[in-house]
Amino acid sequence: MRNNGAKVPGQPARYDAKKGTEMADVNRGNRPLSPHVTIYRPQLTSVTSIFTRITGNALIVAALMIVWWFVAAATGPEAFATANGFVTSWFGDLVMFLSVWAVWYHMLFGIRHLIWDSGHMLDVPRSETFAQAAIIASVLLTIFTAIVV
Amino acid sequence: MAYLTDRKRAAGMGSAKSGTDHHWKMMVTSVALVPLVIAFIFTFGAVLGQPYEAVVAYYQRPMPAIIAGLTIFVSFYHFRGGVQTMIEDYVKGFARKAAIIGMICLSYFAAAAGVFAVVRLAL
Repeated sequence: MRNNGAKVPGQPARYDAKKGTEMADVNRGNRPLSPHVTIYRPQLTSVTSIFTRITGNALIVAALMIVWWFVAAATGPEAFATANGFVTSWFGDLVMFLSVWAVWYHMLFGIRHLIWDSGHMLDVPRSETFAQAAIIASVLLTIFTAIVV
Repeated sequence: MAYLTDRKRAAGMGSAKSGTDHHWKMMVTSVALVPLVIAFIFTFGAVLGQPYEAVVAYYQRPMPAIIAGLTIFVSFYHFRGGVQTMIEDYVKGFARKAAIIGMICLSYFAAAAGVFAVVRLAL
């Protein structure tokens, strides 16, 4: 893939043969990159995608609290009182409530990935319809969980 | 200035050949977690906030204990794969390696602690 400094229409020449750089490409890492998040208009597909990652990784906080709660329950009444007091405090309640939403959201949009992986729903209109429905469903399921639990 | 050819620079820098396995494991654990997490939310949620004796008695029953143990193990296995992908995307160099090793160790430690606690409560 030699360019030899020939100008591609509409693009700047990337190599200069006179400098002898076509072999050891010193311009490596300084090429134009595809549009990145800072200049790319946010879309429902991209925003819901990054929130899938954020919710999934943020769930580590609630997961570690739950593990602590189980270890404390297996240790004895005093340890359980400490862990249970923290998990059911206003701060623990807030983390658990947000995590309930995060887990429903992550589950619904994880299912979207499974559907995509099977080769279905790969067009933008249906992906966006699913995204809108899943956002609403995640909120409704969170309210339902908060009422039932 | 380096006299490396493009061919030489690319040699040995290919994929680690483990991407398909990673993706498949994420698929399997995510499918497993759909029923597990739903069951866990409503079993764990039922006893959260109850007194110590009630919690111990509840997790001596087989189904709540099996659901809790499986959910803890599979979800930390799933987290281990997901967090590795996130670190690979955003962290570079030595910090990447250190973060991946640290998070894998944390995941297995938390999974082991959680499963041990559930087994001890149940037996």
